[in-house]
Amino acid sequence: MGASAEDAVAALFGKIKRSRLNAYNVLSEDLALERARDFDRSPWSGLMAGVPIAIKSCISTRGIETNCSSRILSGYTPPYDATVIERLKEEGAIIVGKTNMDEFAMGTSTETSYFGPTRNPWDLDRVPGGSSGGSAAAVAAGEAPAALGSDTGGSIRCPASFCGIVGLKPTYGLVSRYGLVSYANSLEQIGPLTLTVEDAALVLDVIAGHDPRDSTSADTPGGYLSALDRGVDGLTLGVPEEYFGEGVNPKVERSVWDAISKLEELGASWKEVSLPHTKYALAAYYIIAMSEASSNLARFDGLRYGLRLGADQDWHTTFSDIRAAGFGPEVKRRVLLGTYALSAGYYGRYYLKALKVRTLIKEDFERALSVGGADLLVTPTMPFPAFKIGERIEDPLSLYMADVFTVPINLAGVPAISVPCGFADGLPIGLQIIGRHFDEVSVLRAAKAYEDATPYHEAVPKEVV
Amino acid sequence: MAEKDVIIGLEVHVQLNKLNSKLFCGCSTGYHDSPPNTHTCPVCLGLPGTLPVVNRRAVEYAIRVALALNCAIQGETLFYRKNYYYPDLPKAFQITQYDFPLGLGGAILIRGEDGEEKRIRITRVHMEEDPGRLVHAGTIDRAKYSMVDYNRCGMALLEVVTEPDLRSPKEARAFLDKLRNILEYLDVFDGNLEGAMRIDSNISLVGGERAEIKNISSHKGVEKALAYEITRQRSARRRGVAQVQETRHYDELRGITVTIRTKEEAHDYRYFPEPDLVPMRIADWVPRVEAELPELPDAKRERFVVDYDIADDHAKSLTSEIRVANFYELVAKRASPRLAAVWIADVLKGELNYRDATIDRFSPGHMVEILDMIEKGKITEKGAVEVIRTILDHGGDPAGVVEAKGLARAEDDAVMEAVRAAVEECAQAVADYRSGNEKAINFIVGMVMKRTRGRADPGEANRLVKEALDGAGGA
Ligand SMILES: [Zn+2]
Repeated sequence: MGASAEDAVAALFGKIKRSRLNAYNVLSEDLALERARDFDRSPWSGLMAGVPIAIKSCISTRGIETNCSSRILSGYTPPYDATVIERLKEEGAIIVGKTNMDEFAMGTSTETSYFGPTRNPWDLDRVPGGSSGGSAAAVAAGEAPAALGSDTGGSIRCPASFCGIVGLKPTYGLVSRYGLVSYANSLEQIGPLTLTVEDAALVLDVIAGHDPRDSTSADTPGGYLSALDRGVDGLTLGVPEEYFGEGVNPKVERSVWDAISKLEELGASWKEVSLPHTKYALAAYYIIAMSEASSNLARFDGLRYGLRLGADQDWHTTFSDIRAAGFGPEVKRRVLLGTYALSAGYYGRYYLKALKVRTLIKEDFERALSVGGADLLVTPTMPFPAFKIGERIEDPLSLYMADVFTVPINLAGVPAISVPCGFADGLPIGLQIIGRHFDEVSVLRAAKAYEDATPYHEAVPKEVV
Repeated sequence: MAEKDVIIGLEVHVQLNKLNSKLFCGCSTGYHDSPPNTHTCPVCLGLPGTLPVVNRRAVEYAIRVALALNCAIQGETLFYRKNYYYPDLPKAFQITQYDFPLGLGGAILIRGEDGEEKRIRITRVHMEEDPGRLVHAGTIDRAKYSMVDYNRCGMALLEVVTEPDLRSPKEARAFLDKLRNILEYLDVFDGNLEGAMRIDSNISLVGGERAEIKNISSHKGVEKALAYEITRQRSARRRGVAQVQETRHYDELRGITVTIRTKEEAHDYRYFPEPDLVPMRIADWVPRVEAELPELPDAKRERFVVDYDIADDHAKSLTSEIRVANFYELVAKRASPRLAAVWIADVLKGELNYRDATIDRFSPGHMVEILDMIEKGKITEKGAVEVIRTILDHGGDPAGVVEAKGLARAEDDAVMEAVRAAVEECAQAVADYRSGNEKAINFIVGMVMKRTRGRADPGEANRLVKEALDGAGGA
């Protein structure tokens, strides 16, 4: 036997504390060490027995602060575990801490966190992507072997792409959202961020499956790990024309085409497909997400938990003051825009219209992925590699544009993975593989076949000490 | 008085308080005698990350009610979020069916002002969750602080909305009484629990704008508030002041309504479909729920008339409350149904009302015993009333009370003995009677009653004295 679990966990915390990444905003060192000692005394079995894991700060953990990287929730320690946390614990995992993120998952760069930006381990001046930037940076830099993130419009796949790791957004309904602090309920899913496709499949096996506490969760057979090695022989890949060309960094485009060639070499065939409503996806996505967010975030008033300022005034003044001080500017922007979109007289023009666009986009995917069409779609995850901290934060629209290849997947509810597929000037590039509803098996086996045939996932960022 | 110029419509919030758990979480509904905030969980406290799950039993209860109110049931359930800030609403939105009610277009019959059956149309029946409850330290306008109790938060509510078919405060009350009666028949609701029913009343005079009087919990309170409001609106009209569309609060202590807000201040609730709940196909449930519907008040009343051969008025009185109807049926199986109807509808209910008590205070077994004693002539009717009152006030059982109070009707021998003695004793009265003064007999009967210490039946005593006198005269 190798080193004890306690030694391994202690070493991990040493590494985290020496780190300059700011990947975590809460560490649960005492709990983790205690659990590791328990494990050493009488090891338990389970798919993740003794394996440390980092959890995005918007996933509820009993006894561990869950602040969504917001001032308004700093100090909030939930009395209950999210379903995914219960399942991780049942399978023996050890929770290391809570990772930094864009405040309430609203962002693409982890710069809107109240606790400051997380840095990209490949280049400390650059963002790790977002909103699950802390989870991605931690895994990429070896500060956790695996992490959970949440993906509302790309929040797992974008940072996975920017940090050169694997990130999977499952089909809407595959993983219980119970305990995930809602940003946009109808779009988001919890998913794994890992170094390899195999690890992603393992974590998915643990967290997926029906949960009676989430009415939108589905019953599925699972078994992702065991289906990994079936290769891509006979699979047809669809290459959507709308995901290439203008606005895409040429090096990104080149890497993705190389990946397509590689998959062809491995036995897949490919053909061009069209997702004609792609150009409406960003607008529809932001209207739906902001509308839902404006309602979801209304509960944060400091009355029952979270931020409390000095002396209380009357109710309206007090909760207004707390919200004014507790939310950052991006959150306020989205809450205000969402409130506007749902208002009487605008609801039909914005929200209802966005829902109609969403249906069209879903139909685009169903058509492209219909029987006789493609089995999977392959695209770049992000149109460009990681940008510099501060470069886009003052220009919300250009940040929103970065989500152009990830948000349609959330609107359609289909699964998608990002796997490393090359580098542009030393920065990782992500390949996005998209599947049919609940066909994570095909997504994972194609990703695994590609990973087995390429070296990109083995590259180590320079910040890893 | 039915008033031709009065238009009243009601929105009644009914707590489905016979459910075991709340509408969207597993918390128990039995909070009424519990300390604040002890019947809560992460879901009904709206803690970050929690999700609602519809209580299927609550939906079934709602269908039951909608069917009993003769509504058409929609094919699927759909919930919306109604967004607003208030400390008693921990999610800052209420989950409600609002625009997609489960039941549409029903009606029930009430007794109208003219005594005739009147049909009151039901616009819709929809489900929603109850908010928590604010407790003010002092009066609402002067409290230094308020406290919130979330025990009630997340209770399943039904909102029953009527068309403006009611024409007087009395009709409004009749509707509420009937609705409560139906709900209790359906076994989905206990009207005795605090906050079980809360009523918003819309009232206007023909040609005028309407006022909405919010949140009154007693039927009597609604009747009084509406009566006040009619007077207020009429007098305003006489003075040439136009009624504006507004929301008013009923101040129970002062017996008046006061304005809270006018239409211009109305909220924009930003309704949108609740993304955490999926539509539930309920069309397939309806036949089963319908088949399992219990007998409703009107049907029971008709059956009582036929099965027990009792008067319609008695049947109506007995069925106006499910507990009384059940009580009656228990008793009627073991005693004369007609006698039971008289004694329960006319006597027992009156004694209970007088004491502000419910029928649970009296045992059907005791009623059977009392009726049996009346039928066998063991006690007088007056004695029976005394037995009922004594049991209600001091407890005990019929036989014991009869014994302790000496209410047993005198045996015939003892009465005969008393009659003989009285006739002997009252020679003057006997003489007067025989000389044609029939009233003189009352004196002798009085003596009999005195000798039997009231246990003789006065009518019976009268007959026996008459017999003794007339017989003697003839001999
Ligand atoms: Zn609860």
